Amino acid sequence: MIRVEDLHKHFGGFHAVDGASLEIAEGSITGLIGPNGAGKTTLFNVIAGVLPPTSGKVFMAGEDITGLAPHELFAKGLLRTFQIAHEFHSMTVRENLMMVPPRQSGEDLWSAWFQRKRVRLEEEEIRRRADDVLKFLTIDHIADQKAGQISGGQKKLLELGRTMMTDAKVVFLDEVGAGVNRTLLNTIADAIVRLNQERGYTFVVIEHDMDFIGRICNPVICMAEGKVLAEGTLDEIKANEQVIEAYLGTGLKNKVVKEVGHV
Amino acid sequence: MENILNALVVLANFVLIPGLAYGSQIALGALGITLIYSILRFAHFAHGDIMAFGTAFVIFGTWGLQYLGISFGPLPTALLALPLGIAVIILYLLTADRLVYRFYRRVKAKPMIFVMASLGVMFVTNGLTRLLIGPGERRFDDGQRFIIGVRDFREWTGLAEGLALRGSQVITVVVALIAMGLLFWFLNRTKSGKSMRAYSDNEDLALLSGINPDRVVWITWAIAGTLMVLAGTLYGLDKSYRPFTYFMLLLPFFAAAIVGGLGSPIGAIVGGYIVAFAEMGITYAWRRFFSHLLPDEWMPAGLMQVLPVDYKFAVTFGILVVVLIFRPTGIFRGKTL
Ligand SMILES: Nc1ncnc2c1ncn2[C@@H]1O[C@H](COP(=O)(O)OP(=O)(O)OP(=O)(O)O)[C@@H](O)[C@H]1O
Ligand SMILES: [Mg+2]
Repeated sequence: MIRVEDLHKHFGGFHAVDGASLEIAEGSITGLIGPNGAGKTTLFNVIAGVLPPTSGKVFMAGEDITGLAPHELFAKGLLRTFQIAHEFHSMTVRENLMMVPPRQSGEDLWSAWFQRKRVRLEEEEIRRRADDVLKFLTIDHIADQKAGQISGGQKKLLELGRTMMTDAKVVFLDEVGAGVNRTLLNTIADAIVRLNQERGYTFVVIEHDMDFIGRICNPVICMAEGKVLAEGTLDEIKANEQVIEAYLGTGLKNKVVKEVGHV
Repeated sequence: MENILNALVVLANFVLIPGLAYGSQIALGALGITLIYSILRFAHFAHGDIMAFGTAFVIFGTWGLQYLGISFGPLPTALLALPLGIAVIILYLLTADRLVYRFYRRVKAKPMIFVMASLGVMFVTNGLTRLLIGPGERRFDDGQRFIIGVRDFREWTGLAEGLALRGSQVITVVVALIAMGLLFWFLNRTKSGKSMRAYSDNEDLALLSGINPDRVVWITWAIAGTLMVLAGTLYGLDKSYRPFTYFMLLLPFFAAAIVGGLGSPIGAIVGGYIVAFAEMGITYAWRRFFSHLLPDEWMPAGLMQVLPVDYKFAVTFGILVVVLIFRPTGIFRGKTL
C-alpha cells in the first residue's frame, strides 16, 4: 500500500529521518514504535506531505506520491492525525467533522445559492454521519461545543473522528491514545479494528502504549535515530537486541520496563 | 422642542449622515484588510493604491458608458461600470499573487517579508494609476444628486435648519450593507466560506482535511478585490476621486481593522464606523449644534471644535495608539475569521 524508500529528512545538520525504508501492507494495522525523538512523527509528516523530504521516495499503491501537497494526498485517500491535536477552534465539534468530506456541492457559489435544497440535503446527510461518528466515539454530548474548549483527550478523539468522516484508504494515527483514559483507549482500539475490517482501511499507528500496540498491531516496526531497526510481531521486536539497545541507549532505562515490558 | 429638533437636524446633517456613509466606506476597506490578514497572514499595504487603480477602471467604464449614451436612470452610471473595475482588479491581484506573493508563500517567508512585498506592489500600482488616469482629481458622479435638498427640507418641516441627503450617501450605505450581508452569508453558510474560516483557523489541519490552499487564496483575493473596488467607487462617488487620497485611506482602514480586532469581519465593520464617527465628531465645529440648545449667554466664544479638520488623521492615529496600548487584540479579539 505504502512504500518508503531510503527517506531522509534533515533539519539543518540534524538527521531526524535518516534513510528509513519500510513497506506497509494493504489491509494491515502496522504499529510504529521507537524512543522519543526517533523520528516517527517526522516520518509521518514527510509521508503526509506536510514536510518535503531531503531525499528519498514515497509510493502509494505503486504511484510516486513524494512531495504531493496534503490536500492532494487527502484526495487519494491518505489521511493522518496529529500527535498534538489540532482543531478548528472557533467551530463546533460537529462542524469540525463536517469540514472533512470532500467535493461537497455547497462548494461552488452557483449551487450554494441556486440549488439550496440539494446542498441542504447533502449537508444533512453529512451532519448525520458526523453525529454517528460522535456517538461512536462517545462524545456526542459535546457536539455543539466550540472545539477550542474541549479537553485534550476529547480533542484526540476528534482527531480520530475526522478520519472516519470520509472513505480513506490509509490512515496514519500519531498517538491517538495518548492522554485518553483506559476505557476510551479500548473503544479506540475497537474502532480501529472495526474500520480496518469493515471498511478496509489500512492503518499505521504510532503508540507508546505496548498493550495497545500488542492488541491490534501486526506487524510492528521499530524506529530509532531516524532509521528502521526491526520489523516483526511485537514479541519478536521485544526480543530484538538492537531494539533493547535503542531504548536503553537513550538513557531511559525505566522506559524499557514501562514500554517494552519485561525483556 | 423646536430647538431640540433643530439641533438634531444639524447633527444628522453634518455628523450622522456623512459619518454613516464614510464609515461604510472604511468598513468595506477594513473588511478587505482583515480578510487578507487572517487568511494570507499579512498586512496588505497596497490596499489603498489598488483601490485607486480599480476605481480608475470604473471611471473609464463610466466615461465609456456616458459616451455611448447609456445611463442608469437616477442612479450613478458608475454602478454599471463596477463589474469592469472588479474584473480588472481581481485579475490584477491574482497576477500579483502569482508573480510576487506565491513565491514567498512557497518559501514560507515571515509576515514582515510579505508586508514589504506588498509595499513593492503598492509602489508599482501607484505608478500604473498615475500613468493611466493621472494624479489629479476626478468627479464621476452623475445621476440624481440629492434625495432630499436643504431647501425642500426646510419648506416641509418649517425648521430653521436644513438637511441634505445625497444620493451617493444612500447608495453607499445600501451597497455596503448588501456587500456585508453577502460576505457573511458566504463565510458562514457555504462550504467554500467555511473552508476559508477553517484555513484561517488552522492551516495545517485545513490542508490535511483536503482543503485546497490555492483555491482559498484565489477566493480571498477575489473577495478582497471586490471589496476594494466597491469601497473605492463609493468613496469616489461620495467625495471625489484622487489617487493620493486613496493611499491616505490606508490609515483609517488599518485603524478600523485593528480597533475591531484584526481578523474579525464584524470587528472591521464596527471599527469602520467607530473611526468614521470619531473623525467626524472630533473635527466638527459643534457651535451650531449647541447654539440651538444653550442660551446665548452660555455659549463659549470659539467654534467648539476639538481639532481642525486637517487633523482628522491624527484622530484616527490617536485611536489606533490607544487601542494598541490598552487592548491590542481589538474589540472582537481578532485573529481568525
Ligand atoms: N521542525 C523541526 N525542526 C528541527 N528539528 C525537528 C523538527 N521536527 C522534529 N525535529 C527533531 O527531529 C527529531 C525527531 O522528532 P519526531 O517528532 O519525529 O520524534 P518522535 O519519534 O515522533 O518522538 P515522540 O515519540 O516523542 O513523539 C527530534 O529530535 C526533534 O527534535
Ligand atoms: Mg511523535
